[in-house]
Amino acid sequence: MTDATSEPGSGASDDATAVADAITEPAPAESAAPEPEPSGPSPLGDVAAELFARLEEELGDAILARAENHGTLIVRVRPDVWSDVARVSRTRLECDYLSFVSGIDWLPAPKEGGDDDGDTSSPAQPSEQTVGVTGGETRFQVFAHVQSTRRHWGVTFKADVSDAAPEVGSWTSVYPGADWHERECWEMYGINFDGHPAMRKLYLPHEFEGNPLRKDFPLLARVLKPWPGLVDVEPMPGEGDDEAAPTPDGGDS
Amino acid sequence: MSTTNPPEETMPDIEIDPRDLRHLADAQMNVELDTGDMILNLGPQHPATHGTLRVVVRLDGERVISADPVIGYMHRGYEKLTEFRTYPQITTLINRIDWLSSFANEVPFIDGAEKLMGVTAPPRAQYIRTMLTELSRIATFVLFLGEMSLQVGGITPAFFGFRDREHILNLIESATGGRFHPNFNRIGGIKDDLPWGWLSETRSAMQMVLNSCDDFEDLVAGNEIFQARTRSIGIIPGELGATYGVSGSNLRASGVDWDLRRDGAPYLVYPELDFKVWTHPDGDSYARYMVRLQETRESARMVVQMLDQIPEGPVMAKVPRIIKVPEGEVWVETENPLGQMGYYIVSKGGTGPFRVKIRSASFSNVSILPWLLRGVYVPDVITILASLYFILGDIDR
Repeated sequence: MTDATSEPGSGASDDATAVADAITEPAPAESAAPEPEPSGPSPLGDVAAELFARLEEELGDAILARAENHGTLIVRVRPDVWSDVARVSRTRLECDYLSFVSGIDWLPAPKEGGDDDGDTSSPAQPSEQTVGVTGGETRFQVFAHVQSTRRHWGVTFKADVSDAAPEVGSWTSVYPGADWHERECWEMYGINFDGHPAMRKLYLPHEFEGNPLRKDFPLLARVLKPWPGLVDVEPMPGEGDDEAAPTPDGGDS
Repeated sequence: MSTTNPPEETMPDIEIDPRDLRHLADAQMNVELDTGDMILNLGPQHPATHGTLRVVVRLDGERVISADPVIGYMHRGYEKLTEFRTYPQITTLINRIDWLSSFANEVPFIDGAEKLMGVTAPPRAQYIRTMLTELSRIATFVLFLGEMSLQVGGITPAFFGFRDREHILNLIESATGGRFHPNFNRIGGIKDDLPWGWLSETRSAMQMVLNSCDDFEDLVAGNEIFQARTRSIGIIPGELGATYGVSGSNLRASGVDWDLRRDGAPYLVYPELDFKVWTHPDGDSYARYMVRLQETRESARMVVQMLDQIPEGPVMAKVPRIIKVPEGEVWVETENPLGQMGYYIVSKGGTGPFRVKIRSASFSNVSILPWLLRGVYVPDVITILASLYFILGDIDR
């Protein structure tokens, strides 16, 4: 019974050495003086500026846009360097913790129901396509968040992927935890991750067709049974029709 | 092998029943036959799996060669559903992600929506949110402290765990109206103020929690059998655990000193509280038990601190009746009982979000299982699964 305890450790050795190799790259010695980027739309905070300076040193012109959004640095990179981003964030940014990898579909959601029948099945959404705080040129984007458990900072990365053949490199060789996240993103958005060891369905049944989180994939519950709509919505006092609402100066009968 | 057989020559001619020799035949068979791999399904329905986690393990004898968790039996598509709901409706959904600590699920989502809207909840509301979050943590952890011993054969502490959880759930119910799914957070504050007498009731309940933590420490953690079954079983190296996204108590039990309540972006009233972040260097099942035990105590102490400090005032900020969140995106993360819970909310200015990425803790905590279970023995599989402490709704979302 006791020798079982050594077994997980030996199983760890491959991964652990790989991890150790990745870590032994020299940490940046220079203080990376925070210099505001002239092309940037807004100045960065101290932490974000240092992170961005380290990133720019490694990735250079592969960085397409950056923004500091509610205290989080968001960097949009070219899709062909997506795998390098994982390595750089692990080694240069000291981000040892993978929070998530996921995708987003910027296509406006098709409106369900007509405008006149009071269909409230989906919350009001704008009809034109927008692309978030760091911009973008394509319908699909992958985004991921990594953090440092020692330095307590985090970065969100984004990359455009082409509509026709959405594919970026896999992060699994650097962050083994990306395995499940990428499988989920693949089945939900149809974005392939090149270099993933075993791409197969995670949540969905094997025979499932389609990518449910794409905006043009309908919510089947609403297709089978339409949302009742406005029948259970009563006008609120003071909103919209003020005549119907009882007013203190003689509204009651 | 009986040693009392008489010598052969003195044996009379007796008939030997062939059935008596069957064990010899069996032994012979076992020597000659190669032991093949066996594939064993743990779950989807199994008393020890806390829901419908199915783990397909390949066994060589008693030893696990490979383990493959099969998830998705409870996948409810929350990320899709959020795109069809308004913000106040979504808190109802996300209550069901981690159903043991529902209140803690609401907090980061509401926090994110408030950040986008530029609304801040009043201080009293922040205090009540923090207290209920910590009460959720205690309710989650005392159940673990009892259940963990159930996995190694100790039945009694499990009842203690349920008993203590009941006290906490009563407190949550009296404040929010819901035992499991409070749905109590509103954008801009909380639904109601605390009922009369709740503060003194909570104070005595926290003393009870501290007392029963002592019981758990003596009864479970100090038990030799428990230690033999959990010490140096299922070791997660901290560095590797982080790359898998293992978070919360599981990562702190591997020696990584990282707690979002202290180290993340400031949220709720944690910056005003004095608390210690517990870690354990070992990274095994026992370490995970001990870290959660200490965190339960720490949470009880934090609640008592908040009971002393809670300010008077309103519990709701001024917000419009129809919640419309301006365009933008925000990443919010909190330290939930099971680990890092985060929402990436993308808003396009409507009454509902455009995209919500739900980062749940158990999903990443369980994703290390294929690595972690390799090479362990079958009985340890159960203790490792229990010590990781996942909730199926938190894996499948």
